[in-house]
Amino acid sequence: MPRREDLKSILILGSGPIVIGQACEFDYSGVQACKSLRADGYRIVLINSNPATIMTDPEMADRTYIEPITPDVVAKIIEQERPDAILPTLGGQTALNCAMQLHDQGVLDKFDVEMIGATPEAIIKAEGRQEFREAMGKIGLNCCRSKLAYSMSEARTALDDIGLPCVIRPGFTMGGSGGGIAYNLEEFEDICTRGLMMSLNSELLIEESIVGWKEYELEVVRDKNDNCIIVCSIENFDAMGVHTGDSITVAPAQTLSDREYQLLRDASIATLREIGVDTGGSNVQFAINPRDGRIIVIEMNPRVSRSSALASKATGFPIAKIAAKLAVGYTLDELDNDITKITKACFEPTIDYCVVKFPRWAFEKFPTADPVLTTQMKSVGECMAIGGTFKEAMQKALRGLETGRNGYGNVPGKPNCSADEFDVESIRPHLATPRDDRIDWIRNAMLVGMSVEDIFEYTNIDPWFLDQLEELVEHEKLIVAAAAKGVAGIDEHLMRHTKQFGFSDRQIAAACPDGTTDWDVRAHRKTLGIIPAFKRVDTCAGEYPSQTPYLYSTYAGTEDEVESAPTAGVIPTSTPTAPGNGKRVVVLGGGPNRIGQGIEFDYCCVHAAMALRELGYETVMVNSNPETVSTDFDTSDMLFFEPLTHEDVMNVIDRIEPHGVIVQFGGQTPLNLARGLKDHGAPLVGTSVDSIDTAEDRELFSKLITKIGIDQPPNGLAATAEQALAAAATIGYPVLVRPSFVLGGRAMEIVYDKTTLADYLKRNPHFSKESPLLVDKFLDAAIEVDVDAISDGNEVIIGGIMEHIEEAGIHSGDSSCSLPPYTLSDGIIQDISEKTRTLAKALNVVGLMNVQWAVRGAKVFIIEANPRASRTVPFVSKAIGQPLAKMAARVMLGETLKDVGVIERLEPPFFSVKAPVFPFGKFQGVDTVLGPEMKSTGEVMGIDARFGCAFAKAMVGAGNTLPRDGKVFVSVRDEDKRLILPLIDRMAGLGYEIVATAGTARALQNAGITVERVFKIHEGRPHVLDLIVNRECRLIINTPSGRRERSDDRLIRSSAATHCIPCITTLAAASATIQGLEMWMKQPLEVTAVQDHHKAFAVEETEEQMQ
Amino acid sequence: MLVGRGFGSEADGFGELIFNTSMTGYQEILTDPSYRGQMVLFTQPHIGNYGVCSEDEESTKLWMSGLVVREACQRASNFRSGSELHDYLAQHNVPGIEGVDTRMLTRRIRDHGEQRVLITRDMESSEAALIERIKQSPRVADVDHVLKVTTDTQYAWQKGYESEFSAPAPHLMTGQKKHRIIAYDFGIKRNILRSLTACGLDVTVVPANTPAEAVLEQKPDGVFLSNGPGDPEVCAYGIEAAKRLVQAVPVFGICLGHQLLAHVFGGKTYKMGFGHHGGNQPVIDLTTDKVEITSQNHSYAVDAASLPDSVVVTHKNLNDDTVEGLRHKELPVFSVQYHPEAAPGPHDSLYLFKRFIEMLEGTGTRV
Repeated sequence: MPRREDLKSILILGSGPIVIGQACEFDYSGVQACKSLRADGYRIVLINSNPATIMTDPEMADRTYIEPITPDVVAKIIEQERPDAILPTLGGQTALNCAMQLHDQGVLDKFDVEMIGATPEAIIKAEGRQEFREAMGKIGLNCCRSKLAYSMSEARTALDDIGLPCVIRPGFTMGGSGGGIAYNLEEFEDICTRGLMMSLNSELLIEESIVGWKEYELEVVRDKNDNCIIVCSIENFDAMGVHTGDSITVAPAQTLSDREYQLLRDASIATLREIGVDTGGSNVQFAINPRDGRIIVIEMNPRVSRSSALASKATGFPIAKIAAKLAVGYTLDELDNDITKITKACFEPTIDYCVVKFPRWAFEKFPTADPVLTTQMKSVGECMAIGGTFKEAMQKALRGLETGRNGYGNVPGKPNCSADEFDVESIRPHLATPRDDRIDWIRNAMLVGMSVEDIFEYTNIDPWFLDQLEELVEHEKLIVAAAAKGVAGIDEHLMRHTKQFGFSDRQIAAACPDGTTDWDVRAHRKTLGIIPAFKRVDTCAGEYPSQTPYLYSTYAGTEDEVESAPTAGVIPTSTPTAPGNGKRVVVLGGGPNRIGQGIEFDYCCVHAAMALRELGYETVMVNSNPETVSTDFDTSDMLFFEPLTHEDVMNVIDRIEPHGVIVQFGGQTPLNLARGLKDHGAPLVGTSVDSIDTAEDRELFSKLITKIGIDQPPNGLAATAEQALAAAATIGYPVLVRPSFVLGGRAMEIVYDKTTLADYLKRNPHFSKESPLLVDKFLDAAIEVDVDAISDGNEVIIGGIMEHIEEAGIHSGDSSCSLPPYTLSDGIIQDISEKTRTLAKALNVVGLMNVQWAVRGAKVFIIEANPRASRTVPFVSKAIGQPLAKMAARVMLGETLKDVGVIERLEPPFFSVKAPVFPFGKFQGVDTVLGPEMKSTGEVMGIDARFGCAFAKAMVGAGNTLPRDGKVFVSVRDEDKRLILPLIDRMAGLGYEIVATAGTARALQNAGITVERVFKIHEGRPHVLDLIVNRECRLIINTPSGRRERSDDRLIRSSAATHCIPCITTLAAASATIQGLEMWMKQPLEVTAVQDHHKAFAVEETEEQMQ
Repeated sequence: MLVGRGFGSEADGFGELIFNTSMTGYQEILTDPSYRGQMVLFTQPHIGNYGVCSEDEESTKLWMSGLVVREACQRASNFRSGSELHDYLAQHNVPGIEGVDTRMLTRRIRDHGEQRVLITRDMESSEAALIERIKQSPRVADVDHVLKVTTDTQYAWQKGYESEFSAPAPHLMTGQKKHRIIAYDFGIKRNILRSLTACGLDVTVVPANTPAEAVLEQKPDGVFLSNGPGDPEVCAYGIEAAKRLVQAVPVFGICLGHQLLAHVFGGKTYKMGFGHHGGNQPVIDLTTDKVEITSQNHSYAVDAASLPDSVVVTHKNLNDDTVEGLRHKELPVFSVQYHPEAAPGPHDSLYLFKRFIEMLEGTGTRV
């Protein structure tokens, strides 16, 4: 039965910006869908506001809209494009919710658009708590005892029935937003209040607590002929109570007998049938009581999810791609298994290795956030590892996380096998309450002699997993004993055993006497003849030959499979004269997502792989992030799913002997490896490691820019606290302080006086002569400018100049920006361009470079330069209609800019605005004020011919519901009061009601603006917080008062974040917002496909040529 | 020669090495009589995780001659577990080896077919001497394994799906009469008997070499031919009996029983390269075009080209097109190559028991 012929054009919804709970896995799924449906001849219309996605590349769809994913905008696009169908199951909860709203509003009916992949009825049945319960009851499956509530009073009544502790789950949210476990009444009230706010349908499910039960997830795919397969079973290491996204997970399930597993399988399939997911992928989550095997269905998602991305990477079965094909009418038995090419997609993958996923959190970015893991997801990324055994996979995952661990044990700053500092009493609380470091406390518990049974009592982690960890802890003692006198003490037998247990060379080095490095261990290991084997992920445990080199390293075997099947068929045909000529180029990915390093870098890596593949190189991707497009086995010719460490990367390089290695695209992760790789013979291409170091090393860099006549703010270096204080005194406050070699502005702060600096130094004591603290003069009220440039070593072309909307001092990743600049003079732009060119030449950049400038009056200062791909490359590429990363990859392998055909487009005929998206809503009580440390998880892009509209689109895309009327609360610091007056006057003119506290109110009244006064928090009730909690005010303008934030301000901002009320914290952003609102109110928002925007370039450039 | 760590029994084990790709259900596999004469390699790296449980036994003992795994679990974790894998193997005299490159062996079997191997703790003898011992050992086809595993005496089976961890009964008889069937034990798995009983059938088990007359004397309403080890051609007595039975009563065969029926109607069987052993084989039911994920364990298969016109192929393997199910055009006789009773494996094919009952009740449709 072939595909549906009645559909011609399909609308695919993306998932928007990266937020906690919804990351690049939906770019991966969307890209697969676009590719496979287009290959089938469908016309694809795509909507996603996130420019850092591969799916929004203009060649991925026929019509690409980088516009907010809101029902009104999508409706407009539907009206314009008239698709036959909408596929909402590949863009996460965002897409599903948006599609449901379009359905409810009658938009789909009106334009005769069919929802494919899942019907509205099925979505309601799966997502509505009560509907789901009833459905499960019908097929004889148990759910938790629970009650629904739509108000606080209903919630309290429900509690009488359910009792404490209980779990609260808001309906229609993602990543468990707003949910939690309540152990007491106070927590209950808190969580319910928040949950009601965040739920799209103001619905709460109050549920009996099954905390401590084992948790499982099955990935199911079903086609229209009712063929059902389980792609993968996933077992959570952490028991119920920790969100799956925050849980360590293992595939396949390890502790279920066949009888138990088959019951879950039957239940999952029955669930899909009953809910009515007729085509596509879904996941079903279960809890099992470890004491008696009782099974409870927790929930199901009628769409692809983060887990399905994980399952796809864990098994080699591309769920999203298959789901897309099934949605247009194919059946599983008609589709091929992409890995074997000779068998069908209608089967259940079996795996002969073990997969461990470990979450990565960012609590260091939010010191006031509660790091306890609950049913609301808090992690920002994850690392997946494949090993021959659980132990090997676990150790690989731990070292792939890049949190300083080199495996299990070897916690940063702590020696191996140290038990002295702990006792059982101090350890127990850390076992009982799950936090991001519980895995380390389990080890501590084992070191002090707690038994697996005891640890299970406190953690509810299945003893099987604990036994595995105990084996590692015990084995570590053997290593320490043998290595006491040096690495030579480890003989072949012990070394092999140790490596089979997944220990890294670094862990072994740490067990050796001081001075032994991982490189020494590596050398010794190689003389013993112990190197890993690279084996394939093939969906079938070796039963059929694999045609796809998707590889992982393991010491659980010796047979190598890198080239066991011809890869010729997979490489796109290249012309015989192609420069690549089959030579191998390795692209190092960015590892787990984190704040400061996410999808933008993966985008660059994917582009590098695509560009080089087109040139006939054999591209090799190394990465450990399962969410990404880069780890799709289709993206490159070979995929090595490996942690990004010296050891693991060198093993790959040793094995495949590449022609070149690209370290400049994956963010700081591969860059940090560059020196070590080069010193050990890896053929790095592009900008040299020396140049990278020059840019990163403060002294060398200062020397260089002085020589070429570029100014920088006065600055100094400090190896000690005294030096830091002295430097600040010389330079003059305010100063910007930060450690060297960081990404995302980690621990970067603006300090206004000596006391604050002293406090900072106490909180951040880790700096030294080798890694000094940087102290810079902070340029108050300067405009920051980001520039991306590309160079072939001779010529330099400016990719884009972005003017930040917030003033300097806010991390560039957290700042909104406009391309082209919206206030800078031509002279300044000229100056910045020229200086960027000079610098690129001076640094001998071959490839990409990002420079940050600060403009104060007519003067331009350099803040920093990074000769590598930057976070803004995808944004710029889309704003100028040229794939910069692809072009850079080609340049790095020897082509000139002329060969590549880059055109400098400093002034596109439209404005592109980038706006950040923050996770504040997930972290209760965290201040939302922006600073030099990056806190955003993602970004959106707004494109429009008018700056104001582009900005408004970006704001809306970022999830800020900009109100068309209603109350606006204004509270600004004294120095802003005068400047804010004209802006507020304009707002009042637009019909908004202005509300302010005494000080600001007086200033506004004096200027003749009608304003309603509201109490400050300590002045009485109702006060400003009541206004926010009751959602009476719909927009907040609150600029922090200079040196130290007032506690009122803090509460206002964090409360706004919790209650999803847009809060503007800078004057510049306020100004841009008002400009946007004005334009938006005057005329309706227009939507334009990226392909049309880009056509404008061609028109302009042809005209220029003709002149 | 591969060196690993031994576990289970310290005895030597000879057998033809096959690989099984099931991710769960090692205990059911260990106790499946069809593995007699074979050595089983599990592709799933961790075996023994959930221990062993008497409820999960598919026969009275372990039949395979050895076990090859990447890592045998030291200590099981599951509330149903009664003992550890290591002790279980030792008790039943089955040697195991861990810490070898199981994937390499799997790929070797895939490319070169099932071969005889030896698991031994003898580290003294030369490689040549060990290979000589292997050469002296019998191949699967050299032995009548069925007679080694079948019951000595006839008995009545009465247990259905008592375990609370069973699927719901596949189908309950609708008619008034409680049908009586006789099941030939060529190495029958208990879950077949449980499934038949759970459907409401009265089940009597007879030894493999029971003549057809002895069965027909008991006036059964139907006969079931079970799975079992070895080469179907070796089981000539089974084929003889079945020839007579198919003319008299409805007959259902599974696995070896299916292969015997192919011979009955003049078809042939052949030894496959490495067979199908696992729980993820897709089988398409050609009568409904639906695909079921099946549990399989066979090294021999029915040659489709050899089948006479009187027999229809009802099921095919989606991956390699091998024959997975047969039905006679005139007689109430059908069979499948795979294991609808699962144990271990998916429950997708339980409907076949329903087809058998419909056949007994005379309500089934003919192809």
